[in-house]
Amino acid sequence: MSKVYVAGVGLTKVDEHWRESLEYLMAEASLKALDDAGISRVDSIYVGSMLSQVLQEQSHLGALLAEELGLSGIPAMGVEAASASGAAAVYAGAREIEASRANAVLVVGVDKMSDGMSEEVTSAMMIGERQEYTGFIGATFYSINALLYSLYMNRYSVGQEKIALFPVLCHEHAVNAPHAQYPFKIKLDTVLSSPYVAEPLRRFETTAIADGAAALVLVNEETARKLDSLKTELVIESATDYLTPLQREDPLWFPSVSLSTSKALSRSGIEKKDIKTIEIFDATSIMAVLSLESLGFAERGEGWRLLERGELTLSGSIPCNTFGGLKARGHPAGATGIYQIAELHLQLTHRAGKNQLDSIKAGLAQSLGGIASTAFTSILKEV
Amino acid sequence: MFRIKVPRYWRHKDFRYRLNAWKCNHCGEVHFFKPLVCRRCRLREFNKVMLPETGKLIAYTIVRSPPCGFEEQTPYIIGFIELEDGTRILSQITDCYPEELKLGMKVEVTFRRVREDDPDKIIAYGYKFRPAI
Repeated sequence: MSKVYVAGVGLTKVDEHWRESLEYLMAEASLKALDDAGISRVDSIYVGSMLSQVLQEQSHLGALLAEELGLSGIPAMGVEAASASGAAAVYAGAREIEASRANAVLVVGVDKMSDGMSEEVTSAMMIGERQEYTGFIGATFYSINALLYSLYMNRYSVGQEKIALFPVLCHEHAVNAPHAQYPFKIKLDTVLSSPYVAEPLRRFETTAIADGAAALVLVNEETARKLDSLKTELVIESATDYLTPLQREDPLWFPSVSLSTSKALSRSGIEKKDIKTIEIFDATSIMAVLSLESLGFAERGEGWRLLERGELTLSGSIPCNTFGGLKARGHPAGATGIYQIAELHLQLTHRAGKNQLDSIKAGLAQSLGGIASTAFTSILKEV
Repeated sequence: MFRIKVPRYWRHKDFRYRLNAWKCNHCGEVHFFKPLVCRRCRLREFNKVMLPETGKLIAYTIVRSPPCGFEEQTPYIIGFIELEDGTRILSQITDCYPEELKLGMKVEVTFRRVREDDPDKIIAYGYKFRPAI
């Protein structure tokens, strides 16, 4: 199996891009990634988007992007796994290189939520759940999160003020991230006094409407040697679970996350203790805490303690979401998985600016479709 | 976008109107929608069962930011319920104010209007739960 290298990244700022279209954003991120890698052509393209078919009524993103890039002719197609669609595009591209079917692949994630009205975006964010069940009764993505939150606080006797520290951490890290949607600090009081979206979940524990596109150039070893750009080695694994977490045996445990993580660790030959930074999927504060536990960085019921002890800060033992995570960098659904891997790449190639971590050799990114119905775990290593 | 289509709504009426479900003959896993294969044990034989009409409330929340079609009902309560036979189900909770709810309280099924599609005036009915009378 050929090894896979990240040879270039391109990010648009996460924002409400009123003037730019979906295709413009994905072309912008793609060009930045190709320029960063120092190549102009690739063998194929995979595009991940969760919402474009609903909000823009636009499918066929592969051929569309190839046209925008003047690359019509090469194979190009969309890949979808709800909010993990970006990571799914990376998975597809990596497999093509591993199978020696390509030397260089462009993988892109994009979504543009500002093209929807508030209710439409709420509906769109529910399409990764089982629509005939939860969608029919109006159980929103956040309401299901809220139920998990309530179950968690009751089972482990933890107060909301412990879990609501996660958004505070994310905003702290976003301050120095040029591509972040919300690069400012917030206080715990601000989180705890923000309005409810679905009790106990508050507005500042969730993400907002966001537009963004992110791209990676993936290459094989031979191509990596020819390119002058900064590179990292990538291993990505995946696993699935029932669509509705509340129908699982234990709604507060994400087996898909632990399974994809153990597969990724074993294939990359890295031990968990050597992972020195993580990007986790904090679509809500409670998902962040549950993720920390399912990833194996905390015992069940103890994920919030990492926050309390400061372990997840830039100077902590396992710096987390060093560019602000979903909460503060922003969460343009299908693009998020690629932002996460791109940010790890920036850390490992010493381009993280003021948030640069010292002497890290490997990092892990966890991307989720829905509430861990699909999980991707990516491990990036210094080369 | 996000409208009620009659055949799609109607084909699941046994579950939505009467809480009919399919129980795996081998492992007992309950499926709300007609399955071909048991998602847990992968065997293919099911009994059609009527789920219990009462249960207890395990968790609940109040939707403040609604999806399309639910604007008029907002805020509304979504509850997570454990039925008498152990089956867990999500449902809207009706006939009460949130302040009247307590975790562990007994709830019972009732039949209600779930949503109305504005342009076509299609009314979708289904189960909701309420505090047991």
